[in-house]
Parts: sequence; structure tokens; C-alpha cells
Amino acid sequence: MSAPAVTDPNDADDRATPIVSVPVPEAARRPLVLWVEELSVSFEGFKALNGVSLELEQGELRCLIGPNGAGKTTLMDVITGKTRPATGGVFLDRRDVDLTKLSECRIAELGVGRKFQRPTVFQGHTVYENCELALRGRKGVWSALFTRRTAAERARIDEVLEIIGLANQAKREAGLLSHGQKQWLEIGMLLAQDPKVLLVDEPVAGMTHAETERTAELMRNLAGKHTIVVVEHDMEFVRSIARRVTVLHEGKVLADGPMAQIQADPRVVEVYLGE
Amino acid sequence: MSSLRSRLREMHGPRAWAALGAVAVLLALLPLMGLPAHLVPLFGKFLCFGIAALAMDLVWGYGGILSLGHGLFFALGGYGMGMYLMRSIAGEGVYRSVLPDFMVFLDWKQLPWYWHGFEHFGFAIAMALLVPGALALVFGWFAFRSRIRGVYFSIVTQALTYAATLLFFQNAAGFGGNNGLTDFKRILGWPLHDPGTRAALYVASAIALVATYLLCRYVVTSRLGRVLTAVRDAELKTRFCGYESTHYKLFVWTLSAVLCGLAGALYVPQVGIINPSEMQPANSIEMAIWVAVGGRGSLVGAVIGAWIVAGGKNWLTNTIPSAWLYVLGGLFVVVTLFLPRGLVGLIPKLRLALAAVLRRRAGQPV
Repeated sequence: MSAPAVTDPNDADDRATPIVSVPVPEAARRPLVLWVEELSVSFEGFKALNGVSLELEQGELRCLIGPNGAGKTTLMDVITGKTRPATGGVFLDRRDVDLTKLSECRIAELGVGRKFQRPTVFQGHTVYENCELALRGRKGVWSALFTRRTAAERARIDEVLEIIGLANQAKREAGLLSHGQKQWLEIGMLLAQDPKVLLVDEPVAGMTHAETERTAELMRNLAGKHTIVVVEHDMEFVRSIARRVTVLHEGKVLADGPMAQIQADPRVVEVYLGE
Repeated sequence: MSSLRSRLREMHGPRAWAALGAVAVLLALLPLMGLPAHLVPLFGKFLCFGIAALAMDLVWGYGGILSLGHGLFFALGGYGMGMYLMRSIAGEGVYRSVLPDFMVFLDWKQLPWYWHGFEHFGFAIAMALLVPGALALVFGWFAFRSRIRGVYFSIVTQALTYAATLLFFQNAAGFGGNNGLTDFKRILGWPLHDPGTRAALYVASAIALVATYLLCRYVVTSRLGRVLTAVRDAELKTRFCGYESTHYKLFVWTLSAVLCGLAGALYVPQVGIINPSEMQPANSIEMAIWVAVGGRGSLVGAVIGAWIVAGGKNWLTNTIPSAWLYVLGGLFVVVTLFLPRGLVGLIPKLRLALAAVLRRRAGQPV
């Protein structure tokens, strides 16, 4: 499965010089936080995932790309417990916990947060309450009935609202926010959850150019402090944030590496970039 | 102490607390302020409906779970109280037997095991709350765990209350068949037809209504309440936020059933009868209409809706009995189409309209 390192110069797209692309030297590898091992999922015979393996390092910002139906969202679904795989496993931090055996809320508790493809915020709650609900902490019925916002929680909410730039919207009903603001709020809710791994599905879909740039900046700022996986179709956005890219195609990992290398890969160009 | 005060402030602002206190006192003192004695039980009945409406609003308005089986919990609470009232007249029935008359009629020689203990008032009250709660807990556990929601859940609750109706209609079930339990004489030794006892039952209902309101208000203004409405609006998202939504739904569902049982227990001594018609599917649907008319997601609205609809029913069934079901159906259609937030939802609109009128007056003096 080794890719030809050097490709025909005609295939290489010089317009697409990566803005930020840092090859990761083998020696400087950070500890791993998430392993995906040989995942397979099929829906009535259709193989949505076919033996996908993936490793994420601490603080990494990874982009996951691939044409429609490549299995990107299914992979997120499996990691977060929404879909059960036929075979394979997902491991967080310690090798002995297989996430595919746990419920969605248990996985969230262990430290995997997810932003959905369509922005999903609690429409009837204020921006502030949305962040409050996402906060890391005890999530049981009894503690929710009796405990109240602590000073530390309030500070954390304020901090998150500051990061996502919605501090002045705190009291606004989330349903009234613009599309871009909802996307940021959802990212903020992920931050409030303080997860080990953030899965971000299409964060810039439907955003204006200025909003996209701001989101890219937000992602770059968060990388390093958090481990982030971004699924995105917008190649310009991917180029502007990606350090390392994984390409999925027909349920398999087609290529994996620094952005420059991916862009030069003829197979990737064929199935995706060339379209 | 200061944390309690700030928690109370979260429930209501100072003006709302004052208004609530005034309404509570007014309600409780109504029998002393010239309410005709024959209307006291009727108004007491409305107070019980108010409690049931709060229970309904908690699950439907805040939790997004439309129950069409709450009449069952209400009736079970009523049966609990009814069994106490039957036991308290042991030996005074037509047959002078220690058994209730209908059991003598069935030629039963001894009390069935599930009637034991109901001679004690405290036990009967506990059962009136716990039996609906336990049934809701078990039913809810299976339904929510299987992720049955929306209209499917509503249909299953209808089926549940219908099945219970059929069971209670049977004489062999030991609850008096289609006649139910009636001919009550005393509660805690006080004669039921005495105006003083009636007033006391009315006041007890008023206190229970206010207490239920405060409890519901506490729940919906807690973080649990915020999680609950989040589950209503986007359940999957709450799960990804780490909340076990099933537990939240189960909690509010069970609490609601217990409150409904309380309403039923207070209702029965004031109307003097409990029979299976109380758990017929139509009764549960009527409870949903109370809340829809008053305003889902507003506790005060739910109570007002119950009073308006039940009051309308009382008036119409006395004047044009055949018209009631048409009016009820029409009301439901109109509210669904034009008042999605119920009558309470009209208030902000009216306020805006009034402000506009006042502005026009001020701008263009006639």
C-alpha cells in the first residue's frame, strides 16, 4: 500500500501550496490519545467503513477528508458511540477501554466531544445556558436537581464565551443566532466539555468567507491545547489549518500524511482533489 | 441561608412571589369569602385538576413527552383514597358486613390481600402516591430504554390506560367493577357531606396545588429543568453532552405520575365516587387539552387551561350536554392551529398590541 513518493509534476497543483503544513518528524512524536483499529461498519451490505485504522497524537489537529460517502461521518458516529461497528475497536488514552462497547454519554464523559454536521445547539436556551449544559462535571439527575452554578463553572463559561467571541451574546436565545454564530457556539460547548478529543464535523459549512477565516483562526488557536479532528469539504479551509491529513475513500484510508504530500498523491487527486 | 434566598429568587422575582402569595391566600380563603357551599366541592375539584395539569405540563411542556395516559395515574390515586373511604365504613354497608358491599354481592368471604392496610389513612395516601409512581417507573423504564418517543409513546400510554380501564371494569378485579367505589361517609372520622369537612378538603386541595406548583417551579428552574428542556429540543445532543437522557425522562415522568396520584386522591372525597370511567382514554386526552389550551411550558398557563376547559365543560354539560365533545374537539383544533403557545402565549402579543394602540393615541390625540 506504499504510495509513490514522487508524482508526475503535471498532477501536482502548484496553486494549492499549503499555508501551514508542518511535517511531523518521527522522533518528536507526542503520546497518542486515540486509536482506531480496523473498524468495519456495514449498512445492509454496503460497507461504510472497511478496516479503517487511525492514530491521534496529543494536541494534534487532524483533518479528515474524502468524497461523499467515504465514511467520514460514519467514523465519527462509531467513535462517539452512535453506531456500533461490526468489527474493530476504538481506544482512548488507555488501551483497555474499548469505546465501541460504551454508551454515547459514557463516551462523552470519558472525554470525546463532538460537533455535528448541522449546527445543533439547544434552541430554546440562552447562549450562556448552552455552555452551562455542556460543562464537564456531574451529569446525574440528582446532582442536576440540587447543585447550582459554582464560581468555577461561571468562570469557565465566561472563558469559553470569550474564546468563541460570543461573550456579548450570552443572554441571547441560541435559536436566534446566525448560522456562523451557532457553529461557534457549538465549538464553545465542546470546549466547555473540556474533552480529550474534539470531533468537529464540517465547521465552516454555510459560513461566509470572513466567518470561515475566523473559524480557521479558532481551530489553530485550539490545536496544541486540544486534540482535534476536523471533517471538512472546504479545501481552502483544510489547507489553512491542516498539519496532517487523512483521506478516506470508500470506507478505507486512502492516504495519510502532511498536507503537501497528500496533495501530491495521484490517487488522492484522482478521487477527490481532481474532481 | 443566602443561598436559599438566591435560589428562591431564581424561581421567581419579588413581584411574582408577592402575586403568588396573594393568589394562594385568596384561593384558600374562598370558602370563607362567600363561595356558596354547594360550589365548594366543585371548586375543590378544579383545584385537583390544576394539580394534574401541572403534572401533565411537567412531562409534556418541559420534557416533550406527550402522555395520553395520565388519567390512569389520576384514577389510581383516586382508587387508593377510595379504598380507604370504603374501609372506613366497614360494617355500615347495606349488608352490615366488614367487607365492602360489592364484595358481599360477589359472595367473597374475606378481603383480598391488596385491600389490607387501606383502613389506615396514612397507608392509603402513601399507596395513592406510590402505586402510580411505581407503575410509571416500570412502564417508563421499558419505554424510554427502548427509545420509544413521540407519537408512538403517546399511543402506548393510551393503550395502557385503556387496558387498565378494562381490568377495573371487571368485578373479579376487586375494585367494584363498573360501579367503582362510592357511598363514602367519613374521612378521618369527619362526615363527608358536612360543609366544614368539604371546606377543609377544599383548603387541603388549595395547599396541595400551591405546594405542587412550587415543587414544579423548583424543578423547572433547576439545572435538571434546563437539561429536561434540552432533551425535549435535541435529545441526541444532550447524550453527547454526557447526560443520560433516559434517566431524566424517567425522573420527570415518575414525578408527574406521583403528582397525578395526589390530585386523584384529593379529588375522590370531594366528588364522592371513583369508577373506571375516570381512566378512560378520553379523560387523558382532556388533560392534554388543558395544557395545550393554557400553554405548554408555562406552569401557570397549565393551571389556567385546566380551569377554563373544566369550567367550560361543567357549564356546557349542564346547559347543552351534547355539544361538549364538539366544543372540546374544536377547541383543540383552534389552539393547535392558532395558539401554539396556548392562551398564555397571547399575553406578549396583547401587550404589544396595547402598546401600539397607546402609542397611536399619544401620537395622534383625537
